[in-house]
Amino acid sequence: MSLITEAAPVEVATPKPPAPRRRKAGGTPYAFLAPALILFAAFLAAPIVYAGYLSLRKVKVSGLGLGSKARTEVWAGFDNYARSLSDPDFLPSVGRIGAYGLIVVPTMLGLALLFALLLDANRTRAGISRVARVSIFLPYAVPAVVASLLWGFLYLPRVSPITDAFEAVGLTAPNLLSSDLTLWAVANIAIWGGTGFNMIVIYTALKAVPSSLYESARIDGASELSIAWRIKIPIVMPSLVMTFVFSLIATLQVFAEPMTLRPLANTISTTWTPLMKVYRDAFARNDLYAAAATSVVIALATFILSFGFLKLVGRRAFDQED
Amino acid sequence: MKTTYTPLMAVLTAAVLFTGAACSSSDSPEQATDPDEKVSLTYWTWAPNMDEVTAAWNAKNPNIQVTVNKQDGGDPAVTKLLTAIKAGSGAPDIMQAEYQKIPTLVSSDALADIAGEVGSVKDRFPAGTWNGVTLGSEAVYAVPQDSGPLMFFYRSDVFEKNGLQAPKTWDDYAAAAEKIHKANPKQYLGTFSATDAGLFTGLAQQAGASWWGVNGDAWSVKIDEPATRKVASYWGGLVEKGVIDNKPMYTPEWNAALNDGTQVGWVSAVWAPGVLEGSAKDTKGKWKAAAMPQWDAAAPKTGAWGGSAVGVTTQSKHKKQAAQFIAWLNSDPDALKLLATEANVYPAANDAAGVLTSPPAFFSDQPDFYAIAGEASKQLAPFTYGPNVNVAYSAFNDAFGKAAESKKAAAFTESLTTMQKTTVDDLKNTGFTVAG
Repeated sequence: MSLITEAAPVEVATPKPPAPRRRKAGGTPYAFLAPALILFAAFLAAPIVYAGYLSLRKVKVSGLGLGSKARTEVWAGFDNYARSLSDPDFLPSVGRIGAYGLIVVPTMLGLALLFALLLDANRTRAGISRVARVSIFLPYAVPAVVASLLWGFLYLPRVSPITDAFEAVGLTAPNLLSSDLTLWAVANIAIWGGTGFNMIVIYTALKAVPSSLYESARIDGASELSIAWRIKIPIVMPSLVMTFVFSLIATLQVFAEPMTLRPLANTISTTWTPLMKVYRDAFARNDLYAAAATSVVIALATFILSFGFLKLVGRRAFDQED
Repeated sequence: MKTTYTPLMAVLTAAVLFTGAACSSSDSPEQATDPDEKVSLTYWTWAPNMDEVTAAWNAKNPNIQVTVNKQDGGDPAVTKLLTAIKAGSGAPDIMQAEYQKIPTLVSSDALADIAGEVGSVKDRFPAGTWNGVTLGSEAVYAVPQDSGPLMFFYRSDVFEKNGLQAPKTWDDYAAAAEKIHKANPKQYLGTFSATDAGLFTGLAQQAGASWWGVNGDAWSVKIDEPATRKVASYWGGLVEKGVIDNKPMYTPEWNAALNDGTQVGWVSAVWAPGVLEGSAKDTKGKWKAAAMPQWDAAAPKTGAWGGSAVGVTTQSKHKKQAAQFIAWLNSDPDALKLLATEANVYPAANDAAGVLTSPPAFFSDQPDFYAIAGEASKQLAPFTYGPNVNVAYSAFNDAFGKAAESKKAAAFTESLTTMQKTTVDDLKNTGFTVAG
């Protein structure tokens, strides 16, 4: 992932510096790399490998399962995978985040791009732009759990000022936590929290574009709209691709928002998203093995989707940098 | 580059795996024998002010010092304990656990058998409660601390206005719910909460259900059986009619409803005054406590919601001293008094009635509060929990959540079929023998 974060800078037409001469390196580079590698191995690689190992194990109980030594861990092969993929709750949860992604990703990125373009449109009025930028970014600084609690209050009809507002003008407020609207209610929290971050990424890319480019476009008679459409958007395409991949990953991993809203409504089940199913298996059912198998499946899906997408658009987006 | 660090990673990974394996195979700790040895014990509990209670013990027992480690609540504490047991270290000596968690903990080898140490206090507890800590076996896995007999709480002013009496039977309750809702469509006598599996279990217990059972070397699961079906279709019927609400309890919305007088009754347990004090403080003095509505008024029964016991973990190196402490904590009259006044729990011991003389503050003008509670705890129907209560409970959340949302009585009884199947499948999958 760290490779992707650094991909933001936009093409600059400088010639490549000549390749540095290769020197024979001893152990020095490895000594410098060691701290990072050890941390990586201990806190990232090892847990992943361990999860993979757990996903192939299971517990067998003998008799009533009471008292010591009644449980033994045995090899399960791909049993856990078969069970987790055939779980009747699994596919609906995947479908749900599919729909969730279709709502969240385009809306969030569309808004982020729009805000970034608007902020960039008047570079001269820096004061207003800074205030607006910070206030759009601010929700991102609110932790997802806090944001969900906050929105939860707004969604609950009896305590919500939204209901009061509707009733004041003689209308009935929709119950945002009813089965038809829950998905939208959860998506709204993600959009509210994520737009600011994506806007900053796109805005930063826009800032890197030299003003001379726009000046020449204006001299050629281009309107602000066509500058945005024909110059700015193509230039920030790599940032858009990157934010898209981030949003895709966030969609696959949506957890905190529905988990926090769950006790407030009947409409969010314990397996509402795939990660919630992992949580339920691991911590409510005490079945770490099934949870590990589902986690591995989610990790693989994330991997395939994000890298598949990058490969698909790679030629257009990232090759520009070379 | 890639090839150079792969071996390093493999070595580290292997090291992690081996440490894990080495820990999990460690044997049970040795018992300390020296009676004058100074020991310090850690105690995980989520009851408030428990350090005040242990201070009394520590003052009298300089050789057995107990340190309280405050936990967030029943579920997170159990998750933490199971993780520590799996890891081979990190568990406390003494652990508070809700009754429904005990089979899970015992089957994960987290609680030690302390029959030899605390067997003598058996007679100080109601038989039904004691059954919860032995799981019907010769072993004793914990000592009961508090119990949560179900009771009914209602707004006496609203009942008076509608010319109603506290319901004696569930038929009375249904009639009262209908009358109150008809008189004021905003008011409900209660709500069916799909997020509170514990309450539903208590209601099923009252109706005569016992969801798990031991049958020789096999477990039996009896969720989708007539007793529980009766309860499910009763509440489903009330929700379908619209005379009670279908929204979960313990939400900001529910708190507001209790406080502004739109929820005017609550089927709850003996600890309800504390909750009402927090959520419905504007209505103080308007609530009354009563015995549970009955299915058969001639043979009154009740169920339990909540309540917990205290056990010694298998990782404790001082089982004897720890057992000594928990026996004192939960049966000594001085300790019971402290439990009731400091930790605000309703002690499970028979002597509880002796130490609870004045009613809780929120019900200060109802002097017979603890008399009703004491009567209720004698009427507790027997109920056996199984080793996968959490599976059944999360199946309850999902199935009844959908049912409550649909407001169809038929969906409520169908939910029991789902719960039964999920629970049995899970047991079979883990390798338990399931009878029937």
